[in-house]
Amino acid sequence: MKPLAKYLARRFAASILILLGVVTITFCLIFIFPADPAVQIAGPHATPEVVASIRHQKHLDEPLYVQYAYYVGGLLRGDLGQSFKQRTQVAELVWSRLPATLLLMLGAIFFELLIGIPLGILAAARRGKIDRGIMIMAFAGVSAPQFVVGLILLYVFAYVFGWFPLSGYGGLSHLILPALTLGIGGGGWYARVLRSNLVEVMRQDYIRTARAKGLSERKVVLIHALRNAILPAVAMVGLDIGTFMGGAVVVETVYGWPGIGQLAWQAIQLVDTPIIMGVTLVAAVAIVIGNLLADLVTPLIDPRVRLR
Amino acid sequence: MPSLKHSIRALGFAAGVLAASLLLSPLVASKAFADQPKQGGDVVVTFKDDLATLDPAVGYDWNNWSIIKSIFSGLMDYKPGTTELTPDLAESYTISPDGMTYTFKLRSGLKFHNGRALTSADVKYSIERAVNPKTQCPGAGYFATIKGYDDVAAAKTTSLSGLATPDDSTVVFTLTRPDATFLHIMAINFAFVVPKEEVEKYGADFGHHPVGAGAFKFVEWQLGQKLVLERNKDYHIQGVPYLDKITFEFGQDPTVALLRLKKGEVDLLGDGIPPAQFLQVTSDPANKDLWVAGAQMNTDYVTLNVKVKPFDNLKVREAVNMAINKDRVIQIINGRAKVANQVLPPSLPGYDTSHQGYPYDPAKAKALLAEAGYPDGFSTTLYSTDIDPQPRIAQAIQQDLAGVGIKADIKSLAGAAVIEAGGTEGQAPMIWSGGMAWIADFPDPSDFYTVILGCAGAVKGGWNWSWYCNADLDKAADKADSMVAADQMAARADAWKTIFNGVMKDAPWVPVMNEQRFTMHSARLMGDPSLFIEPIHIPVNYEYIYAKDAQ
Amino acid sequence: MADAWKRFRRSPVALGALAVLILLVLMAIGAPWLTPFDPSAQFFDGLTLQGAPLPPGGKYLLGTDLLGRDLLSRLIFGARASLEIGVAANLAAVALGAFLGITAGYLQGPVGFLLMRFTDLMMAFPALLLAIALAAIFEPSLWIVAMVIAMVNWVQVARIVYTETTSLAERDYIEASRALGAHWPRIVLRHILPHLTPILVVWSTLGVATTVLFEAALSFLGIGVRPPTPSWGNIINESTSYFLTAPWLVFFPGIAILLLALSCNIVGDALRDAFDPTARGRGQ
Repeated sequence: MKPLAKYLARRFAASILILLGVVTITFCLIFIFPADPAVQIAGPHATPEVVASIRHQKHLDEPLYVQYAYYVGGLLRGDLGQSFKQRTQVAELVWSRLPATLLLMLGAIFFELLIGIPLGILAAARRGKIDRGIMIMAFAGVSAPQFVVGLILLYVFAYVFGWFPLSGYGGLSHLILPALTLGIGGGGWYARVLRSNLVEVMRQDYIRTARAKGLSERKVVLIHALRNAILPAVAMVGLDIGTFMGGAVVVETVYGWPGIGQLAWQAIQLVDTPIIMGVTLVAAVAIVIGNLLADLVTPLIDPRVRLR
Repeated sequence: MPSLKHSIRALGFAAGVLAASLLLSPLVASKAFADQPKQGGDVVVTFKDDLATLDPAVGYDWNNWSIIKSIFSGLMDYKPGTTELTPDLAESYTISPDGMTYTFKLRSGLKFHNGRALTSADVKYSIERAVNPKTQCPGAGYFATIKGYDDVAAAKTTSLSGLATPDDSTVVFTLTRPDATFLHIMAINFAFVVPKEEVEKYGADFGHHPVGAGAFKFVEWQLGQKLVLERNKDYHIQGVPYLDKITFEFGQDPTVALLRLKKGEVDLLGDGIPPAQFLQVTSDPANKDLWVAGAQMNTDYVTLNVKVKPFDNLKVREAVNMAINKDRVIQIINGRAKVANQVLPPSLPGYDTSHQGYPYDPAKAKALLAEAGYPDGFSTTLYSTDIDPQPRIAQAIQQDLAGVGIKADIKSLAGAAVIEAGGTEGQAPMIWSGGMAWIADFPDPSDFYTVILGCAGAVKGGWNWSWYCNADLDKAADKADSMVAADQMAARADAWKTIFNGVMKDAPWVPVMNEQRFTMHSARLMGDPSLFIEPIHIPVNYEYIYAKDAQ
Repeated sequence: MADAWKRFRRSPVALGALAVLILLVLMAIGAPWLTPFDPSAQFFDGLTLQGAPLPPGGKYLLGTDLLGRDLLSRLIFGARASLEIGVAANLAAVALGAFLGITAGYLQGPVGFLLMRFTDLMMAFPALLLAIALAAIFEPSLWIVAMVIAMVNWVQVARIVYTETTSLAERDYIEASRALGAHWPRIVLRHILPHLTPILVVWSTLGVATTVLFEAALSFLGIGVRPPTPSWGNIINESTSYFLTAPWLVFFPGIAILLLALSCNIVGDALRDAFDPTARGRGQ
């Protein structure tokens, strides 16, 4: 257990360092974006005095390191800044969008596994034509642009058949199409990874032994091989958490899903920098945590992974 | 006086804004209005984007503008379905003969939604709050003619010396100069009355917990999802509003919203009829009574930056005016606009019906370019926002310009970035204004001059993207705005006519079109058509619409 | 290399995908000669009088877009934008990733440590979000879009190259040439880079698929390739609001994106198998 504890401590420390870097880069965003925050807050009718007063209120007239200190100090108190446009605390805006994002993430992971695991098993078990067909399908899922998939699902299942609501946020029926849209791409990856793992595992001696014992192929695959092959695929879920936290912008746009991706997209259009910074930071934290989880799970389930 | 409300790109075409003419008759009886309105019922209104805020001193987008109006009230308002001023929280007002002092008498028994009585002190607090730089009110400049404005704006004091409250029901404003737009200013959102205790309770978050004295009471707001308002039973106007409850749903794509309306799930399209479905909807006889079209009070234009070569040359600006095929632009948006030949839209006082404008004449344009020393044209850049259909329109303009030898690269950027480029001296040679939704905050010609064509706007961060500055016209504009008395209105309109004709002689703009607005509602949602196209409330005046099936 | 090709040839799916890919490339190169119309010409008869686009069939084979332009011509030229960005972004990403990965892997020590921590940092950034913010705000051009994508994509290449280089650097013959006094650029060029070539080729091919999808997503949001240059993503962006009335404007470019991304993925995957037959079982 000792090397494991050391490994965990190292990963944890590295994560903290990464977060510090993320905070610093996020802080720089405000200088990268071309719009002067004070002018933006003040609006078209402001006199220079008003702009100056806002600049002072926002500490924009202070030296860089002072501004940075204010920023980091704010973050430590859970203060992500105040929106230019809405005058609301960014933390509150992000917080209010979090449930929708988490729900979509869970739905997407559900569909990924639902699509990926059976297809992966089938492909590994039935090498040849079926395998090839499934792998092309899996690649097609990965290669299909999300917005096209989204629009087509919307058209067919919500408009033509009317089985699902056309967009918006609410019960399970609202969740299915956007989650499926995200799940199709991810499902393709899972199917491929799971298949590769299964194929490798099936070459192992203990599978040969099981076969030699006269177990049915179905039992061999489902009981012996799958147990060992599925765990690394599950570790991928950790990485997914990060991807979905910041990467669902397109799907949220297509379906009008009120998650943080939509919040970010609207903020980007308005160059409402504090919101962009806040969402970037929250998504980055999620990615770091997701990666950390994946790192933690992997050595536990696969002793072959070196603990570095 | 600053005057244009901007909404960045949310608008697209469907929701151009101001409608109706000043000549609209108030609440004429019509087919749709034949039934007697009943109190009760609830409706669902959809919007694509969530609202930024409901704080009247901060909110400045086309989609929250009218919702704020239904939650809050000010001293003045407009008669429903018109642009005619009428006292609201005020019972009456008097203007001193020199036009420098305005005295308002409040109605009795006014109450905020929290039950507290509304007094003159609240009016004073609200306007001083809007002027106070801490509030960061985007419309603070509107109050600049009130005495003491400069001191408050410079944060030397928080109290306006020109705003007095001799008793609980009297408010007296003293101005520094006569201001013909002052009553309009008392009717805009920034002058709406807010309760101090609630503002202090919620702080910066008041915009998400609004408490006012308007027709509807705030119930709840699930950010990004929905906003619910309910009828204010203590509203100071008897008998209205009719609806018990309004639910605004956000994140609804306009196309989806239309489909839901057809299914009966939605009662009103906040973003209007989506352009793609426009032909289909309007040609279907079944929809005849459900969609409403209105003339608009907006102008979409191309700015020609007079500080950038070769647009410093009048001949070049005239040539560009003659090079753009406005009919074609309107064709690609399915005919949802009318050709514009001058700055003002037709429904505003000061619009010149005899003005001919520049004709579409590519040959003449080429000749003018040759005279100006550009026989082979030149290269330049056209800025546009990046939300459909604006880049498409920019491309149509680009093709027209290529026809006379002008090679224009298109830069389609986020709205805020276009605004930044426009307000930076010497940066943007041409800007297509569509999608930045220039919306008059109140129906007055001065709205179309000071900020977007006057010298005051031709500064860094300003909104005069042509950087056009004509001192003589500025003087004439000041003079026109000092004509306060009722019998001077015709003369004032004439003065503005002269000013805008002067602008067009210098051709700093290519006025392209006046958008029309098309809204659709469900069969159960009733109200006079003028309510749906009026210039003050977009998309509708919520106070006066009603549900047919209300019990 | 020859063996790899032999192995590659054995898969009919991979050959098919390669054929599609070559066809698409030829189409992009030959665009000016293949297109029936000027892709940016707005035809008067390309719209109905009410301003609606024309459906497929007739003079304009795949119909017209909302400005009355020929969709087929725009699709063919759109292949250029997609491929140019795909190739440029990838070359940049692979070059940068390979350079940093090799440097870090070969030098190790504090430089390597810092470089790899930097890639960790970049990995933690929400890539799409970052790209969207940058693309929306900076002055638009094909190359900016490509560079934004490259900036996001180099990280994975760097990590893989780093891992490979570390293991290569420990091998005996490299130790030997170092002992013989060879300078490190020479070692890298002569001994390390050749071994990395298969990986880099595979990554470049797979990367084109990612990049094409990335570009399409940016263009779909209206911040990728700017009009009037056609790209498959921005054709869809310009037409989404017309999706229910003019579905061909979304359908055809959607198919095109899928075809390109799919064939790159299949070819890349087949290349990986061909270069390294023992890797069949490995994950990604």
